[in-house]
Amino acid sequence: MAVLVFAEHDGKVLSEAVAKTVTAATQMGGPVHVLISGTGAGDVAGEAAAIAGVEKVLTAEDAGYDHALAEPLGDLIVGLAGDYDHIVLAASTTGKNVGPRVAALLDVMIVADIIGVESADTFVRPIYAGNAIQTVKSSDAKKVVTVRTTAFEAAGEQAAVGIESHGATAAGGLSEWLDDRFAQSERPELTSARIVVSGGRALGSADNFKLVEQLADKLGAAIGASRAAVDAGYAPNDWQVGQTGKIVAPDLYIAVGISGAIQHLAGMTGSKVIVAIDKDEEAPIFKVADYGLVADLFEAVPALIEALDD
Amino acid sequence: MKIVVPVKRVIDFNVRVRVKPDQTGVEFANVKMSMNPFDEIAVEEAVRLKEAGKADEVIAVSVGVKKAEDTLRTALAMGADKAILIEATDDVETDIEPLAVAKLLKAVVEAEDAGLVICGKQAIDNDVNGTGQMLAALLGWSQGTFANTLKVEDGKAEVTREVDGGLQIVSVKLPAVITTDLRLNEPRYASLPNIMKAKKKPLEVKSASDFGVDVTPRLSVVSVNEPPARKAGVIVGSPAELADKLKNEAGVL
Ligand SMILES: Cc1cc2nc3c(=O)[nH]c(=O)nc-3n(C[C@H](O)[C@H](O)[C@H](O)COP(=O)(O)OP(=O)(O)OC[C@H]3O[C@@H](n4cnc5c(N)ncnc54)[C@H](O)[C@@H]3O)c2cc1C
Ligand SMILES: Cc1cc2nc3c(=O)[nH]c(=O)nc-3n(C[C@H](O)[C@H](O)[C@H](O)COP(=O)(O)OP(=O)(O)OC[C@H]3O[C@@H](n4cnc5c(N)ncnc54)[C@H](O)[C@@H]3O)c2cc1C
Repeated sequence: MAVLVFAEHDGKVLSEAVAKTVTAATQMGGPVHVLISGTGAGDVAGEAAAIAGVEKVLTAEDAGYDHALAEPLGDLIVGLAGDYDHIVLAASTTGKNVGPRVAALLDVMIVADIIGVESADTFVRPIYAGNAIQTVKSSDAKKVVTVRTTAFEAAGEQAAVGIESHGATAAGGLSEWLDDRFAQSERPELTSARIVVSGGRALGSADNFKLVEQLADKLGAAIGASRAAVDAGYAPNDWQVGQTGKIVAPDLYIAVGISGAIQHLAGMTGSKVIVAIDKDEEAPIFKVADYGLVADLFEAVPALIEALDD
Repeated sequence: MKIVVPVKRVIDFNVRVRVKPDQTGVEFANVKMSMNPFDEIAVEEAVRLKEAGKADEVIAVSVGVKKAEDTLRTALAMGADKAILIEATDDVETDIEPLAVAKLLKAVVEAEDAGLVICGKQAIDNDVNGTGQMLAALLGWSQGTFANTLKVEDGKAEVTREVDGGLQIVSVKLPAVITTDLRLNEPRYASLPNIMKAKKKPLEVKSASDFGVDVTPRLSVVSVNEPPARKAGVIVGSPAELADKLKNEAGVL
């Protein structure tokens, strides 16, 4: 039977995670249908229709699905679930919010944060902050799966397939959206950026954290942070990289003044090349770094910015 | 209003977890166990709500082995009023799946007529991040996940959520399930007098079958493996050398 992929978007563009989620979905079976909900669903549906492997796009344009509130969205997906063997979401904060709700309503276990598909019912997922990799087989009739998108390549393009509008309307009442506090940024999105520069507690203040931003801007990179830096208010919560923050796997990850606690490593050891700048040569970050620089960051980072110019 | 706080006993976050050579799981022998850190945050938040007069009773619940009593005593020492242990297995290595945990919690919530549940957002052992959402679904309640700030008002709660784009503020109708993120609060340490007092607080022991819930897992573990190791890197001598390596050797710039 078919696979349903839930697609996130901001009303204007489809999330970059969708094409990667479709890749994982294709490996579970097929055909793949994509569900897009909320205001603007129709406008971005064309983008989804052109992702290779997609057979059909469903749109549910009702404004009650805006902001991806879990309660109405859960009902929408459960309403469609009869036609599908697999329901697949990105392991984003939206997917993590909605996926388990859908699973419980269908009386099935959630298969969370997979990094591999072995077969239609067997999946690979990291546990214990990535210190162990578990292969699990689901005995449930339907599988609800969230996908760690950094582990899958984006699907290519195809001639657009058909788009169908699904007339569902959201039942409100349980929860209500009040506000989003999203910083606008010209920088690439953290989880899909090619280069990430992250700063840790060593930066010492929000003002000093600008040094990390300067290096990031020099490289056209996204910015990340350790939990310690976020807790201390040097960086916003959505920059946290790690087991309980965002998982990144860029071509280049530069850790500045981050010791390399396992919870941090869980979020970035999938990177191709890792650079660590830390003044303590014993810092565990050096154990995973391809290039380590033992130095005071307040001297090393400005010098690196300059050296990159030459 | 009663608040139910599910607390899970997990391998301490400071322990470097090792995969067993036979690939059936991870090593539990002689490993330090603690309360899941997100659940400490949940207990703290519930106790603060009680201290602020917004709740009457805080009930900590744990599903697992008999030893989870220790975790419940910690919750009681932090200020929970009573605890319920649901013994669902006698093997520390058998983890009860979130779906089954959610079904058991639903039974407790209904029996206690609770008005709010505060869970951790994820248990740091299995990293599923699902129990709270599943419980909300089974109860037909609203959910406020990954809470960074929680304001409980008349019949509703305002939740500031940590989401991928930044912060999202929602108002959820009570009763509701809230899950905690790291920055919701800084949990207190239990003081010695409170640890002593906690020994006298009520702790009920039940079994999964008392609730008629089938905890048979839906997922079976095929294997547990070591993650691929990264090869050792090099220490460079200067920022200039680093820039040179990145440009000319690493092939990433
Ligand atoms: C439940 C839980 C979840 C967690 N989740 C996450 C997570 O998702 N992500 C995460 O990152 N952490 C997480 N943590 C926290 C983690 O355990 C560490 O505490 C945190 O990563 C440490 O951050 P840090 O490396 O910036 O700080 P520190 O460990 O304090 O390291 C700072 C480093 O900077 C170096 N330094 C100091 N001054 C200088 C200087 N002038 N120049 C160069 N180097 C300098 C020091 O030598 C040190 O190595 C979690 C913890 C728990 C309990
Ligand atoms: C046969 C079998 C063997 C398995 N063996 C292993 C194994 O050896 N190692 C392994 O890592 N996994 C094993 N698993 C996988 C495991 O069952 C699930 O992946 C796991 O239960 C996910 O839960 P979580 O704690 O990550 O939940 P989350 O949803 O991340 O937990 C979120 C919150 O829910 C609450 N909560 C969750 N569980 C409880 C609880 N028990 N009591 C009270 N509150 C709770 C807490 O507030 C917690 O913060 C096994 C599964 C099966 C079927």
